[in-house]
Amino acid sequence: MKKLSLSQLPALFAAIAEKETLYLPVDAEGGARFERFTEGKTLTGELNTVRSAKDFFFPQTENLAEFKMEGKNIEVIDPRTETEDFVVFGVRACDARSFSILDKVFLVDPVDTYYKNRREHGTIVSLACTRPHETCFCQTFGIDATDPEGDVTAWKTDDAIYFEAKTEKGDRLLANLSDLIEEADDTAVKEQKEAVKKVMDRLPLKSLTTEGFGGDVMMEKFNAPEWKSLSEACLGCGTCTFVCPTCQCYDIRDFNTGHGIKRFRCWDSCMYSDFTKMAHGNPRTSQLERFRQRFMHKLVYFPANNEGEFGCVGCGRCLAKCPISMNIVKVMRTLGGKKA
Amino acid sequence: MSDMKETLIPQVVTVTDIRVETPDVKTFRIVTPEGKKPFEHIPGQCAMLSVPGVGEAMISITSSPTNKEFMEFSIKECGCLTTWLHSMDVGQQITIRGPYGNGFPVDTAFKGKDLLFIAGGIGLAPLRSVINYVRDKRADYGHVDIVYGSRSKDDLVDYKEIMEEWCNTEGVDVHLTIDREQEGWDGHVGFVPNYVKELGFDVNKTAIICGPPIMIKFTLAGLQEIGFDKTQVYTTMELRMKCGIGKCGRCNIGSKYVCKDGPVFRCDELDELPNEY
Repeated sequence: MKKLSLSQLPALFAAIAEKETLYLPVDAEGGARFERFTEGKTLTGELNTVRSAKDFFFPQTENLAEFKMEGKNIEVIDPRTETEDFVVFGVRACDARSFSILDKVFLVDPVDTYYKNRREHGTIVSLACTRPHETCFCQTFGIDATDPEGDVTAWKTDDAIYFEAKTEKGDRLLANLSDLIEEADDTAVKEQKEAVKKVMDRLPLKSLTTEGFGGDVMMEKFNAPEWKSLSEACLGCGTCTFVCPTCQCYDIRDFNTGHGIKRFRCWDSCMYSDFTKMAHGNPRTSQLERFRQRFMHKLVYFPANNEGEFGCVGCGRCLAKCPISMNIVKVMRTLGGKKA
Repeated sequence: MSDMKETLIPQVVTVTDIRVETPDVKTFRIVTPEGKKPFEHIPGQCAMLSVPGVGEAMISITSSPTNKEFMEFSIKECGCLTTWLHSMDVGQQITIRGPYGNGFPVDTAFKGKDLLFIAGGIGLAPLRSVINYVRDKRADYGHVDIVYGSRSKDDLVDYKEIMEEWCNTEGVDVHLTIDREQEGWDGHVGFVPNYVKELGFDVNKTAIICGPPIMIKFTLAGLQEIGFDKTQVYTTMELRMKCGIGKCGRCNIGSKYVCKDGPVFRCDELDELPNEY
């Protein structure tokens, strides 16, 4: 384990940013967000960013291809230039897990090379949680907020920040910082873990379980009558999918720039009415069906295809942001549990 | 599929022939700028066709893989992209990526079997690929029946090929039907599901259905009535698709992605999925 005095944190950021692009969560209007580090920027005191960290690997919009049209002829251009190496500092345990969930979508055959390219160039420094919120329920999905996944895991105490490399990428990053960080024993980290775990035991969503969900209850859950009352107030605004770290549905659209066509991939939402609309009809015409699709995907379909892993990390963003206060916790409490 | 390095970046192909099939269906023949077929495929597989700036859509490949020269797509005019395609001329370039999907089990489950093809309207497009594959490898399959129906005689796709080639292939029986009486038509009149029941096929056959959802539903019910089991019946599905590789989420039904795990399903497999197609 390595250690850095907290007062040295700006120097550490500067040292990382000297070699690679560094992103970190900073305070901004409306809440914390990831920004590119420049001198003077400091780590937010907020627990987490308003938006998830999925943008780093699956940006909200991205240029997939370009086309030059001349008469009857078309020229196809791959717009990608080599992606630069970057470091994302301060990713929380929930968002760190979301990357491995997104990997199960984008890195399975046939591989999404846009995503893969970014994954390969990015180094994740995750930051253990010290003050989890009442909307947090990562424990439900077996995530340890006191020991998050990542290339490097960091723990921030009152006077220091501790690091542990967990991958080769992480080793390389810490090796580059050897002038700043020093060897340390893990006593302080252990103490913090124990203290935070006590807090987590008292979280209001501590008792939430995945019991009753999984890949083997597909038709039973699909046909549950409760979807009607659960979805009744849903506005279909898509905010939940927008802030969700694991929602990965996308649209592909062309834009005529006036001097060529640009093809973009943009985030989309299964909550929208035109998501499945075809020239001859729409298989999901009601908000009930669209609402059900989103939760069935996370709690049943995704685990069916991924050895029981759920498509939710318990970050709580949808709890905080849904305008009608509907969320996955209510769905799980209504449809899950022992009554299955 | 895994050997395709950039699956979301299409390649350019040139339209070398446009055949008017019906008032709203045309068949487009395409080759690469070098004059070659863009890629190999399995009958039942699809490809993403696009006119940049207009749109991109998943279309079933209607030509047989045994055709080594070119690839064909029979396309009904019904949306932005298809309307644009219908108004273009020979020589136009478009883009293609694929092939996508599982295709029909032509070299496994279908082998040696008597095959019963049942199509309605533009639903013949994906089946034509299998029918011509089977005709080209005639010795590998048993007797072939083709039941094909459309609204009118003028709406029968591939009419010339059906009459001149399919009807003259040994071991192939073609049964055509149209929805309503029409002058100059002395064939059968009536809907496909009823016609299938009237014809009353041997229940040892393997059936392959494609057409409007309502036709598939009633035909499957009709086949079950005359003794077919769902495990003997295959169909191919259509849903909105954007990526073709099971990632964009649009064609997700239950634990399946129609673009990747389908579009071909055995009808008993559909029973295990939510009815959202």
